[in-house]
Amino acid sequence: MADLAATVKAFGEAPVVKRSQWDPEAIRSHFPMLARSVRGHPLAYLDNAATALKPDAVVDAMVEYYRELTANVARGVHTTSQEATQRYESVRASAAGFMGASVPEEVVFTAGTTASINLVAQSYGRSVLRAGDEILVTEMEHHSNLVPWQLIAEQTGARVRAIPCTGRGELDLEWFERHRSDRTKIVAVCHVSNVLGTVVPIARVAELAHEMGAICVVDGAQGAPHLAVDVRALGCDFYAYSVHKLFGPTGLGVLYGRSKLLERMPPWQGGGGMIAHVEIGKSTYAPPPARFEAGTPPIGEVFGLGAVFEYLATWDRESVRRYEEELVARAVERLEGVNGVTVHGDVRPKVGVVSFSVDGVHPHDVGTALDAHGVAVRAGHHCAQPLMAKLGVTATVRASFAPYNTVAEVDALVAGVAAAQKVFGR
Amino acid sequence: MTELDELYQTLILDHNKSPRNFREPAEFSGHAEGRNPLCGDVFDVWVDVRDSVVTDISFLGQGCAISKASASMMTTTIRGKPVAEVRALFDRFHQVVTGKVSVSGDDKKEARKALGCLSAFAGVSAFPIRVKCATLAWHAMMKAVEEGSGGKTNAV
Repeated sequence: MADLAATVKAFGEAPVVKRSQWDPEAIRSHFPMLARSVRGHPLAYLDNAATALKPDAVVDAMVEYYRELTANVARGVHTTSQEATQRYESVRASAAGFMGASVPEEVVFTAGTTASINLVAQSYGRSVLRAGDEILVTEMEHHSNLVPWQLIAEQTGARVRAIPCTGRGELDLEWFERHRSDRTKIVAVCHVSNVLGTVVPIARVAELAHEMGAICVVDGAQGAPHLAVDVRALGCDFYAYSVHKLFGPTGLGVLYGRSKLLERMPPWQGGGGMIAHVEIGKSTYAPPPARFEAGTPPIGEVFGLGAVFEYLATWDRESVRRYEEELVARAVERLEGVNGVTVHGDVRPKVGVVSFSVDGVHPHDVGTALDAHGVAVRAGHHCAQPLMAKLGVTATVRASFAPYNTVAEVDALVAGVAAAQKVFGR
Repeated sequence: MTELDELYQTLILDHNKSPRNFREPAEFSGHAEGRNPLCGDVFDVWVDVRDSVVTDISFLGQGCAISKASASMMTTTIRGKPVAEVRALFDRFHQVVTGKVSVSGDDKKEARKALGCLSAFAGVSAFPIRVKCATLAWHAMMKAVEEGSGGKTNAV
């Protein structure tokens, strides 16, 4: 019995095949963009990994801030400023709850995942990294979880190395175990690959990092929109995601940081709101999270995020997760059934994205042919050029999914790919 | 013709499949690389400029059908043309792919004639994001011509 329980635990769920009860039609009307047509076809929006569509409730919350509650936060004694501050801080508490942070003070609002990782690199990284130290990333990182580390490595004399991924697209944990050392100070990995859909086993990575005295930083840009995030279960020290990929506004990111680390970290950017006391010669700084939120924050966007959490609470996220898995599986199966199409990354589960190549047709040409059929996908290197090099391509086509996508849209994608082949085969 | 057929005309598809002057030359006076950071596409363009005339032009690299065909047709159009005419042709081509100048309709016969086979790229204007693809090798060519007009010859 114990073995079975362990097996079930290892796979995260009971081995029962249950079709998702999720009905995308029930939510499509919440997203006004879905009513658009493109080049004479209904829009099939399959570029959710780039940015997700926004429900009316989110847009309304932002409009409410701009129309009825405009005030700066944490600055005014007047009533609307206090109301805005209260709402702003209540969203921070919701953000903490959304990812299992212990206290709201572990949540820093930033401009996005990129800004969050730069913050951790320039603040935490700069204070701990010495010449010869190592920062480990993975071969499948988005440039935003690679270039900030290269910058701080240049400034401190540390070096960046990549944990390889296997031919199938999984993280090579054995390599990591062999190559980690007491020089390893930071291990920065994605939760979910934005190209392959690989889920990185964060809990294990964090454990292996901690054994060396290193910290674990997670780029959750593609994780938070699809997986339940519990930072305590994951055991990571930092977790960053972008609100615009979670059906919210652009220009806002959420960074979770472990309290005892945030408290020790120096500010990254200086300005209003992040200080305790200022003289001409020196300043003292506010405690976290204010220490890391210099300047007026994106208040309207934070209101939008509050609406995101309320909106997501109306979804059965487990049902959604299963439904998205079905969409991805159908896309993989049908694309692999087309002669000359190669799907990249043979991983289970494959979360949110399907990247593929079409023999003899450049991804940009596939993208344009799909666009002519109203199907929006991403064609390019997906800001993951080292992974492209590993896959032996310069670019791929990527379809990425959200709970409002339908089986018919997956089929439109496949039909569009076949049409592209026809154009180039003539 | 649909927008897609307009974009991917037979002539373009043919140059994509069998690019002309797709080689590294033994001699050249100017060379430049064109790189599209959006998609990672990259082309090398070599020119030989003698007495202000582009006597040879060739290219290598990888890219989408639009960028490759555009590079290929650029080489066949430009070979033997004076530098001043090449500059004018570049401006003209740029105006057509960005949709600033139309070459369709009976009254545009002269414009089509001036552009020759390059008018096949008029369909790009319906897909603004692809303008960069169509002009990638052209920008590299202009740089190579400026360098190559300096008068010295390089050997590979």
